[in-house]
Amino acid sequence: MKHRAVVVALLVLLVFIFLPFAGFSVPWILPGTLNVVNSSGTLIVLALCFLFAGVAVGYDLMIGFTGLLSLGPVLYFASGAYVFDIAISRWNWPLVPALGLTFGVAFVLAVLLGAIALRVDGIAFAMVTLAFAQAFYYLIENNPHNLTGGDTGLALSDLRLPTFLSGAVSNTRNLYWVALAFLVVAFLIIWLVTESVTGHIFVAIRENERRLDVLGIRPFRFKLASFVLSSLIAAGGGVIFILVIGTAVPSTVASTSVTISILIMVVLGGSGTRWGAVMGAMVYVYLQQYLLKVSGEPSFTTLPAVLRVPLSQPQFLLGALFVLFVLFVPGGIAGLTARVGYKRDASLGKPRWRSMSIAKALKK
Amino acid sequence: MSAFLVITFSGLALGSIYFLAASGLSLIYGLMDILNFAHGLFMTLGAYAGYEVAVHLTGSLGAPASLALAVLASILGGALAAGITEVLLIRPLYGRPVSQILVTIGLDLAVVGLLMGGFGSSALQIPVPIWLLEATHLGSVDLPNASFLALGAGVVVLLVLEWFLRRTRYGIIIRAGVENREMVSALGIDVGRAFTLVFVIGGAMAGLAGLLYALVFSGDLIAPAQGDSLLIFAFIVVVIGGLGSIRGSAVAALIVGLLQDYTSFYIGGHPGWAEIGNLSVVLLLAIVLEIRPRGLFGAVA
Repeated sequence: MKHRAVVVALLVLLVFIFLPFAGFSVPWILPGTLNVVNSSGTLIVLALCFLFAGVAVGYDLMIGFTGLLSLGPVLYFASGAYVFDIAISRWNWPLVPALGLTFGVAFVLAVLLGAIALRVDGIAFAMVTLAFAQAFYYLIENNPHNLTGGDTGLALSDLRLPTFLSGAVSNTRNLYWVALAFLVVAFLIIWLVTESVTGHIFVAIRENERRLDVLGIRPFRFKLASFVLSSLIAAGGGVIFILVIGTAVPSTVASTSVTISILIMVVLGGSGTRWGAVMGAMVYVYLQQYLLKVSGEPSFTTLPAVLRVPLSQPQFLLGALFVLFVLFVPGGIAGLTARVGYKRDASLGKPRWRSMSIAKALKK
Repeated sequence: MSAFLVITFSGLALGSIYFLAASGLSLIYGLMDILNFAHGLFMTLGAYAGYEVAVHLTGSLGAPASLALAVLASILGGALAAGITEVLLIRPLYGRPVSQILVTIGLDLAVVGLLMGGFGSSALQIPVPIWLLEATHLGSVDLPNASFLALGAGVVVLLVLEWFLRRTRYGIIIRAGVENREMVSALGIDVGRAFTLVFVIGGAMAGLAGLLYALVFSGDLIAPAQGDSLLIFAFIVVVIGGLGSIRGSAVAALIVGLLQDYTSFYIGGHPGWAEIGNLSVVLLLAIVLEIRPRGLFGAVA
């Protein structure tokens, strides 16, 4: 089973790598202006899918594997986007030092704020991380020394970027590959970590932290490590986001709604399964973009208001879908397929047990 | 000096609204272990219920009477929304606290989306009587009338809530449930009914808080996402006060309201410090958790 999963994953990856060369159209799945597979609109949607999939799988390390319900991944996502953007656009730094600064800042922030937040656990931990992320949002809105551009945001200047990355229109294909590479790297890191001894300690923290303490292993350092690694991946996602979208605005990069989206992606896909988070993010971002496009179609405005009003709001449809999943599909997409393939591999999925894992973290 | 008094008064009014929002959250958490992300939605729905009533009745009943009915509508709207949420979405998920939290997140997202579709995402103006926009001259200072409304509502609700929780049978069941839920069920008391009740009470207070916030602090404007931004402060108040403690929420709400108003008035006026009011509240949360992780009045962390 394990080998088969790897082969399937590699095949899917190959398809995605060569997708930008596919010039045919897919009328229903890719609506309106997106309908050609390698149009720049489609490639940007897919790049967004990849980058959020990477962020989601990193977030899953924290909530799914370590059992830490952080509600602040957006802080590191936003710090990645803004620090990179500021270094490039305001200070005219070259790419490599800008990346170094970005990850350096994210590391320091994650260690400091993580250490403070981890003094409490369960619900209080969730609250503190949420509050820190909100504070960061206010900081960006506050526009210190005119660095962040406040409400209006900060566009990425492509003067200092290497030519293969500059300009979302002319280099969409390259940005697409960069986003895909980010997902692959993030996934491999999480895969290696969760298979390692450290990863087993993460899971042990989720299952029974006190027991670990009794065994002489201090959970704090491991919790912090999980928090920091997850945050660094979120910061990487922020960098890719600013490269793909080209501008950072507090409401789309730094607000709590981003955290909620990432949380929904992981739960939708099934937490604690690695590829579940990837699937969840791909489905979520694709649906979001798809629904936005569809609600703008001319045929849509002829619908009666009772149908048009709810259907024109992607937020309503995604929220409702999420509620249905929570009520009826507790293990997410991964849980569904695990139930179908139950006989082949009984160790996969176990939806009830998975959803209990976060419950234990909250009970502490 | 007079500026200080005006700021203090406005901070107390803000604290009073935070108390209305936070005490319900705190009760729900204390009794059911649910971090209710739909609480912001209850605030928003209360505000929209009040708006609808005020818009439709101002013409026929006049502004003062329709305002009174709008306040009533906000309370009923919040209570109804919370009751429906508990019965339809929370009840099927008893025993799965994480799913309950997630379902409130999804519900909030969905219904705020629906409000944006139905009412538009821009702000709407609630029609109010003129006197609500005026100020009362007391000694050397002018105090806005709307703030009196918020403060009065906060005091009345605190007294009624304390009376309810200490003197009535259901109140005592709720308090006992907050202390030890398993014991209460073991004694043969239907805790499920108490669950619905705290949701309804919390929703009613949230609905009122949503309308009052619009009347006092946002120039009578309401918007679909307003409740969600208030919710974060309500969460902070609950954690500072101690999860599950009503008095803790009351004290923390006043501290947070005053701190936010003082810092934004005395420091926020300087260039580059505009958001200091909001930032200082988060800083206070961090300090409280460092010194006393279970909050000011919390029994357990």
